[in-house]
Amino acid sequence: MNVTVNVNGKPYTRDVEPRTLLVHFLREDLLLTGTHVGCDTSQCGACTVHIGGEAVKSCTVLAVQADGLDVKTIEGMGTPGDLHPLQTGFWEKHGLQCGYCTPGMIMASAELLKHNANPSEEEIRYHLEGNYCRCTGYHNIVKAVQHAAEIMAQGEQAGQAADD
Amino acid sequence: MYPANFDYQKAASVDDAIKAMSDNPELKIIAGGHSLLPAMKLRLAQPPALLDIFNLEELKGIKEDGDFYVVGAMVTHADVMRSKIPLFPEVAGWVGDPMVRNRGTIGGSLAHADPSADYPAAALATGAEFVIRGMGGERTVGADEMFLGMFESAVEAGELLTHIRIPKGISSSVYEKYRHPASHYAIVGVAMARHADGQIRAAYTGAAEKAARLPKLEERLNAGQDAGTGLVEGADMLGDRFASAEFRAHLVDVLSDRAAKRLG
Amino acid sequence: MTSNSGESRTDKYFGQALKRKEDPRFITGAGNYTDDIVLPGMLHAAMVRSPYPHAKINGINKDSVLGMPGVEAVLTGQDIVDAGIGSIPVGWLLPELKTPAHPAIALTEANHVGDIVAVIVAETRALAEDAAAMLEVDYEPLPSVAFAGAAIAEGAPVVHDDVPGNVAFNWEIGDATAVQEQFNVAHKTVKLKLKNQRLIPNAIEPRASLAQFTPASGEYLLYTTSQNPHIHRLILAAFVMNIPEHKLRVISPDVGGGFGSKIFQYQEEVIMLLAARLMGRPVKWTARRSEAFVSDMQGRDHETETEMAVDKDGKMLAFRVNTLANLGAYQTLFAPAVPTYLYGTLCNGVYKLPAVHVKVQGVMTNTVPVDAYRGAGRPEATYAVERTVDAMAHAIGEDPAEFRRKNFIQPEDFPYQTPVALVYDSGNYEPALDMALNMMKYQELRAEQERMKGSNKILGVSVISYVEACGLAPSALVGQLGAQAGQWESSLVRVYPTGKVELFTGSHSHGQGHETAFPQIAADELQIPIEDIDLVHGDTGRMPYGWGTYGSRSAAVGGSALKVALQKITAKARKIAAHLLEASEEDVEHEGGVFRIKGAPDKSKTFFDVALMAHLAHSLPDGMEPGLEATAFYDPKNFVYPFGTHIAVVEIDTDTGKVDLRNYGCVDDCGPLINPLIVEGQVHGGIAQGAGQALWEEGAYDEEGNLLAASYMEYTMPRSDDLPMFQIDHTVTPSPHNPLGVKGIGESGTIAGSSAVANAVLDALWVECGIEHMDMPYTAEKVWKAIRASRAGMGQAADD
Repeated sequence: MNVTVNVNGKPYTRDVEPRTLLVHFLREDLLLTGTHVGCDTSQCGACTVHIGGEAVKSCTVLAVQADGLDVKTIEGMGTPGDLHPLQTGFWEKHGLQCGYCTPGMIMASAELLKHNANPSEEEIRYHLEGNYCRCTGYHNIVKAVQHAAEIMAQGEQAGQAADD
Repeated sequence: MYPANFDYQKAASVDDAIKAMSDNPELKIIAGGHSLLPAMKLRLAQPPALLDIFNLEELKGIKEDGDFYVVGAMVTHADVMRSKIPLFPEVAGWVGDPMVRNRGTIGGSLAHADPSADYPAAALATGAEFVIRGMGGERTVGADEMFLGMFESAVEAGELLTHIRIPKGISSSVYEKYRHPASHYAIVGVAMARHADGQIRAAYTGAAEKAARLPKLEERLNAGQDAGTGLVEGADMLGDRFASAEFRAHLVDVLSDRAAKRLG
Repeated sequence: MTSNSGESRTDKYFGQALKRKEDPRFITGAGNYTDDIVLPGMLHAAMVRSPYPHAKINGINKDSVLGMPGVEAVLTGQDIVDAGIGSIPVGWLLPELKTPAHPAIALTEANHVGDIVAVIVAETRALAEDAAAMLEVDYEPLPSVAFAGAAIAEGAPVVHDDVPGNVAFNWEIGDATAVQEQFNVAHKTVKLKLKNQRLIPNAIEPRASLAQFTPASGEYLLYTTSQNPHIHRLILAAFVMNIPEHKLRVISPDVGGGFGSKIFQYQEEVIMLLAARLMGRPVKWTARRSEAFVSDMQGRDHETETEMAVDKDGKMLAFRVNTLANLGAYQTLFAPAVPTYLYGTLCNGVYKLPAVHVKVQGVMTNTVPVDAYRGAGRPEATYAVERTVDAMAHAIGEDPAEFRRKNFIQPEDFPYQTPVALVYDSGNYEPALDMALNMMKYQELRAEQERMKGSNKILGVSVISYVEACGLAPSALVGQLGAQAGQWESSLVRVYPTGKVELFTGSHSHGQGHETAFPQIAADELQIPIEDIDLVHGDTGRMPYGWGTYGSRSAAVGGSALKVALQKITAKARKIAAHLLEASEEDVEHEGGVFRIKGAPDKSKTFFDVALMAHLAHSLPDGMEPGLEATAFYDPKNFVYPFGTHIAVVEIDTDTGKVDLRNYGCVDDCGPLINPLIVEGQVHGGIAQGAGQALWEEGAYDEEGNLLAASYMEYTMPRSDDLPMFQIDHTVTPSPHNPLGVKGIGESGTIAGSSAVANAVLDALWVECGIEHMDMPYTAEKVWKAIRASRAGMGQAADD
């Protein structure tokens, strides 16, 4: 089936089998390999992307279901020279070690900060319960999200923050 | 991780979906996909064809109709959380995780009748009604008639759950849950609601083959007594390596007591 | 701080909490993991795995799938035999060790659920999985056994015919007679029966391998998820595939966590190389998580009895340990070493124990093989020691912290020869204990515990002190103990004409931050900006020979190798600078980033000047070779011995039995901290895995060997809302024998963490109910039943 998915602001049209999961479409058809696969039971959150601004597990959406929709992946969040506050937060606070869960963590956290500009530790932990990290014990991930919230509050990177 | 292949089509309308199901009995409905796709990825389910109803406008949105809120079956858990309907928002906050809640739907979950899902307890406690449409037309099923067994609801082959009607006038409600430590499904969930007439309805989920009311508890609470213990029979409960039947029965007591205290 | 590194440091970078150099690629989705790599013409493989714990393979009907769309080949055990491929070897031998053959694809018999019985190679992953689901395999199920105790019982099913009675080895260390003599005169003894349950490592990146073969040159390229690419190359080339070692390049690109599980030579890597050769096209395989559960090497799984004796003053006299170690269906790289030399030798703990004896039996079962998982033997040892120490403190009515304190090895006792082979070279245990007690307000916690007694929320507090041996390892010593490899490390420092520097290490970073920490060491030694230095690792085609990352060895051994190589660079640079400055070498100092003549600060040469001249070679000292490059091979003189005290605080809901980890604090001593940010991250993650074992994780099998916890629906890993913020501090006691003074920190959190959390839970249950012991994990129902039984006056529910 032909699908057109707007990924990070750019439309991509591809012929896919209906069974193609969105994560495989991103990784294998578009070579956007920043979105990872960590499980096959829809639990680990490594594949988290945004559809229409909402965080979803791209392993549990068919590519054909994303036809015509806006998808944002980690590659669309910021570049090394122009980081999203969450990317800065994870970097500054050592919120990652192996980096494998990190794109999913950042995408899930972005949705939290959209609804809650100043989340408490408890709110962050609650919101990230669907994202496994095996390296950090989550301590620095909590700090990373808090740091990002501070940056966004200070409006230092308001331009980037606003469009997410 | 790669499902077996299947045909896929998007339904144009509810009636279109019902007709398609009637034409092809092997057609499987996909809504948010958060029960079906995980099973398909492990090839535990291999439906030959999927019919996608997720985007049907007529199944979206929450409206008011007299004494009821009418919730479209394709309203996501996240939208339920943000809504003002009674009890369900608190329950929705316990479903899956934020990503699951952005995609999973209230109708998909209730029609699926997973014995460890959260909503069935809320449906029973609020006395929700289920609007079900099939080739023969539309019918409404009460919550007490909805959950028939493990993964078995009153929605029959060829039918679609279109709306959930939730009574207004519930003055207070609570949900207490004991999560499965790994999956976060309910090992036991107890929902409780005080209705317009002052009467309390209570129900549990997770503990047995299907969600059910807690008549003994309702009786005691409505008589002004404490929740007490022995609310369900251990013999009726499910048991596994995370929670035996006995433990589940005990948790029904504990959570009922906590719910009653919070309900006030 | 008990002391500093000993030398007067003028370090600019060493010790700084720098944010990591490697992070920009990870936070922007530009990491390059094995499954991200695409080679032209690449085929995909899917494994067909045994659904039975033990089964005879009577036949495989390749024709059942060979006509399916996209299917290019079906490989079976016969293909492995026909290709002359050898068994996957064991890397550490013990006396009289029985090592059953471990073929890359099972030939006649599958020995655990997940054992590979066939491989589909197809045009896409989806098509390969389609065929894998359809392949007809004629299995004949055989009797099977999952638990070590059951496997050595009379009449138990035999896993391998060449391992009669399922016993792979019998091993002991220490003096049994001396221990018995102490027990004979003991004032008090305690005895515990402990189970250290099976764990599943669960790095979030599933394993993956991608192989390519170039017929014209006979060269192989293997991308794989490895903690130690040179070990993979050595084993594959020399022992399994019979490939000239220089014709096999192994690249381990970004790796998404290892925790030990990516050390080992796996079946799939062999298969990918063979498939690439047979197909003439690159072939890739990536594990699904459900495959990882039944094919990644697992951890722990001990059944243990401990006994401790003390005199009338509460001084420890002796410790005796008897362990059955479940090895699973095959022995892999370090499998025999983990429950012996990495376990038994640590059963002395931090205590002055006149006599210790440890006996271990290694047992084969029809389960996924067990090998090193974060801590590898040392968490099990710490658990055996610290659980028993608490039991003894209870038995003699002493506070667990004070009982430990009075039995500590004292600072003046170092170097300390334990009765179980190790020589602890340094340590100072009491300051760490006191700092931890103060940090966590231990006395206040005890008062709070007293207040909460009898209510439906009870408190448990632990104090555990650990020592571990890491920085693997002195090669000659481990050679004597059976290691089939050296364990030194190498480093190459390559300075370019522009003064930019590349460091190469045989260590591998899969989250540990080497790309930052190693340049921190180098930037100080070379006195140049850290931005001018990068680290290269994970590619046998680029690095000098090295042994990879495990056993918390990278900083202590790899970092030391780097330091030695850097010293060679600065020595040569100083000579060149002296030559350029027309001064004698002794008159040149290297300070503030320049070489200058002492007393004539205006005459100086920068590192760039020196690097350029080294390459131009227009004017070098007589006889000096051009270039500025040095390699060092560093073999440590001893292990390093990090230590510390961990305190966990748990709150138990007595109505439900649910345990909440409320607070966790620790004071660790890993010597000088190269990068405190990275050190603390390692501690956090280690604690999370330790707490995971104590409270949630269990690789549960049924008695026949079916894995019951085979997905994240059933295997409970800590999630964000399960853990508190951690409180962390350090003492600094440098290792006396390596040039950086550093010790390891990657495993400490896990080595101490499971014991700390376990003892906190059991502290609550002891204080509240008089329960002496229960096995991990402390799941709600288990705890609830124990409390209920005790409150109902039914006494202990210890075996529940």
